[in-house]
Amino acid sequence: MARRITNRRKVVISLIAWSIALALFFPILWTFLTSFKTEGDAVATPPQFLFFHWTTENYIEVQARSDYFLHFFNSVVIAVGSTLIGLAIAIPAAWAMAFAPTKRTKDILMWMLSTKMMPPVGALIPIYLIFRNMGLLDSRWGLVGVLTLINLPIIVWMLYTYFKEIPGEILEAARMDGASLMKEIVYVLTPMAVPGIASTLLLNIILAWNEAFWTLNLSTSEAAPLTTFIASYSSPEGLFYAKLSAASTMAIAPILILGWFSQKQLVRGLTFGAVK
Amino acid sequence: MATFHTRSAARLMMAPSVLLLFAWMIVPLATTIYFSTLNYNLLSPGDHAFLGITNYQYFLTDPAFFDALINTLLLVGGVLFITIIGGIGFALLLDQQIYGQGIVRILAIAPFFVMPTVAALVWKNMFMNPVNGLFAYFFRLAGMEPLDWLASIPLFSIIIIVAWQWLPFATLILLTSLQSLDEEQKEAAEMDGASAFSRFIYLTLPHMARAITVVILIETIFLLSVFAEILVTTNGGPGTDSTNLTYLIYSQALLQFDIGGASAGGIVAVILANIVAIFLVRIVGKNLEA
Amino acid sequence: MTLKTILLSACSALMFAGVSTTGALAETLTIATVNNGDMVRMQKLTDDFKTKNPDIELKWVTLEENVLRQKVTTDIATKGGQYDIVTIGTYEVPIWAKQGWLAPLDKLGDNYDVNDLLPAIRSGLTSDGKLYAAPFYGESSMVMYRKDLFEKAGLKMPDAPTWEFVADAAKKITDKKGEVYGICLRGKAGWGENMAFLTAMSNSFGARWFDEKWNAQFDQPEWKKTLEFYVKMMKEDGPPGASSNGFNENLALFQQGKCGMWIDATVAASFVADPKQSKVADKVGFALAPDNGLGKRGNWLWAWNLAIPASSKKTDAAEKFVSWATSKDYTNLVAQKEGWLNAPPGTRASLYANADYQKAAPFAKMTLDSINSADPTKPTVKPVPYVGVQFVAIPEFQGIGTAVGQQFSAALAGQSTVDQALKSAQQLTTREMKKAGYPK
Repeated sequence: MARRITNRRKVVISLIAWSIALALFFPILWTFLTSFKTEGDAVATPPQFLFFHWTTENYIEVQARSDYFLHFFNSVVIAVGSTLIGLAIAIPAAWAMAFAPTKRTKDILMWMLSTKMMPPVGALIPIYLIFRNMGLLDSRWGLVGVLTLINLPIIVWMLYTYFKEIPGEILEAARMDGASLMKEIVYVLTPMAVPGIASTLLLNIILAWNEAFWTLNLSTSEAAPLTTFIASYSSPEGLFYAKLSAASTMAIAPILILGWFSQKQLVRGLTFGAVK
Repeated sequence: MATFHTRSAARLMMAPSVLLLFAWMIVPLATTIYFSTLNYNLLSPGDHAFLGITNYQYFLTDPAFFDALINTLLLVGGVLFITIIGGIGFALLLDQQIYGQGIVRILAIAPFFVMPTVAALVWKNMFMNPVNGLFAYFFRLAGMEPLDWLASIPLFSIIIIVAWQWLPFATLILLTSLQSLDEEQKEAAEMDGASAFSRFIYLTLPHMARAITVVILIETIFLLSVFAEILVTTNGGPGTDSTNLTYLIYSQALLQFDIGGASAGGIVAVILANIVAIFLVRIVGKNLEA
Repeated sequence: MTLKTILLSACSALMFAGVSTTGALAETLTIATVNNGDMVRMQKLTDDFKTKNPDIELKWVTLEENVLRQKVTTDIATKGGQYDIVTIGTYEVPIWAKQGWLAPLDKLGDNYDVNDLLPAIRSGLTSDGKLYAAPFYGESSMVMYRKDLFEKAGLKMPDAPTWEFVADAAKKITDKKGEVYGICLRGKAGWGENMAFLTAMSNSFGARWFDEKWNAQFDQPEWKKTLEFYVKMMKEDGPPGASSNGFNENLALFQQGKCGMWIDATVAASFVADPKQSKVADKVGFALAPDNGLGKRGNWLWAWNLAIPASSKKTDAAEKFVSWATSKDYTNLVAQKEGWLNAPPGTRASLYANADYQKAAPFAKMTLDSINSADPTKPTVKPVPYVGVQFVAIPEFQGIGTAVGQQFSAALAGQSTVDQALKSAQQLTTREMKKAGYPK
């Protein structure tokens, strides 16, 4: 008796959960479907769900207009590069904060986070001038640098929360064995922190991939990532839903696929120390 | 001695991060403060006369400033409200046994990966457009006049778009927190005859407090600077109905090219952001201490 | 080898890797342009330029108008030197030329035939007798209407309608159940969006932005009449969501057959008359922009132009490209590859004298008449201290125009009344002009 009730309960809850999930996912699905329609079908009434004339002409058109692969490559370089450099700088800092905390550690952490609250546009002109003088305009390195700085606070904080979970006794033991600081980090700490580092890496790649203010304003063509690519489709002439959908799909597909494949890893780490 | 060593080593290890971020903060800040005292329009080069606090006077007495302030609060508050309430509800659902949980999760997390510009473009054109949008179609199907989302309820429409992007994030963090709740505690409470509701209030919610704080903190940081969604959908309008502080400063800097005025606005925004930060530090500090 | 040299050589190797992709000898031009159909077509046709100039490589930065303007202005004002050719409007050219930001175009070549450029367009791009930008396409505005719907309603569109006729026709054509709206006009806030239309419209109502002493004029009855007329007509017979419709949104609506009339850029004619894009291609008629019998019509004058920033180091190569893209040969190339209908309009007298073009483009005469009837130096009924038909050619106008546009867009959306909108517009314009130090 009890079993049947729980079964029915499971069905009902599953149904609700599935409908919410599908509703959340629907805009993405709809974009994907629309990208294979003709412009006419894209605005047809009633909306065409699956039974329309499937075509890939939108993708061909978009690729003919802008070199998708260059932008894609730039996005990868900028997102991955800034994340890796950010990690390299942040790991020692987070280690220090977690294992040798002082009274000011928390203040420093909060100060770092507060730098992210500044409206970026206020700093655009000074940064643009600095970039011009250093010859960094439209260079991948320049963008990698800026995005490293932008996401550094988040990286430090995430790592700090993971490192703090690592019991100090293990380090003590390593120290007793005479391990140097370097060795301590490389052989003892890092392996234990790998899940945390991995999810920090993933989250920051996503954030860097989607950053649209600095990447758009500091790049022109050679270093322009996908955020710039999409900016040329934001209001073209005439009927454009299908082409817009194709460009959108191309811009978000890589990160969506990465996110899906690493979903478990990302979610496990995505707690910011929220779970004790 | 060991602690002394460790401490100086620790300082050394923190130095790159702290110094870099300090430079990243101080250089733009100093130049912004400097620019904010000048009559500096990008389109009129030549000497930029010193204006003192005139730029601040103009910015603070701009009728749009007050609107932008309110809109910023509404936007942050609205999205936080939707994502946290929705996130708790959805997390509670996902915490139960359901069929195909993996797929549900994959579907639900997807909006978090979508570029803000793309999200805004898709919602604006394919859903909220009063003629060709899907919503308009459903309204007409129901025999109603289609709602003109971005003109009649611009700020709310933007809140929906932004909340759509952040709901998965909140859900996942809250879900992880839920899953870490001790089964034994739950069972004990059930044995005591506590109702589902009081179990939620007295056991689950306090347990999630920390996770909720973290969601608030992270989201606030990003929500204060929401910009692409407004630029793409409403351009801050109609009137100033969907202009937030970030967008107001943007429009001064890159639509009017009034760098002096925008810099003054930037400084005002930094001060306001710091006030928010102090609040956040208070609540987060309290909650994260434990 | 020390670590330092290794690092240095690694760095330079990387940099070479970056450079070598563009070829060792070729000069690379970076071209910033708007994502409008004609420019996208230019991008597609550049093979012709490359065969003629094998030593010049082209890199395109195609962006939405506002994003483009913001990036190009930032770059040119800070002398960033990122672009060799920029696409700018008639509004920017005189201001930027005055600042010394543009290189004069004096080497366009012998075949260029500068005198073939339409005088109305050319005069806006000339400063001190030198041409600072070459027009890629030019436009005025006119009425595009559905002949079939007019016939059904028993109406006949005159060649030069009045506003009253337009409002009356809109009322008769509107069929909200059938999703046909009598009139589609711009409502999206922006100095180049709703304010372009409304400023031009206000000219025909006898209004002006500023009096001779640079005092804002939104408290005058002419503006009230303009805005009341516009808001009433749009609320009664316009499409839903009009306050977020710009040129592109209205174009999409018209192409789907949802507008009875649309008053907008003359370049739209080739899109609405193109059966490949438009459902109503064979049913479109054209007329001059409406007037009120005050001597000025509500049409504007605009051109998208190619210019070379003074900060570019490749002016010679850049000028070759500008010359190619705005030449008669380019027009012929487009005609040959994509048909006369798609030739970039509104810049050259020779195009309008061409019999093939006249045959292919039913809107040719109306476009030319509209362009010729616009006078940027005397745009209004009453005297004004500025030039520009649908804009005021001062640097502060972008900001003020957009802010006023926000107010008018709010009035259209019903968020405020016409009186409130005009009052705020008057206040903010006065404020900004005072801050900028006018009268100068």
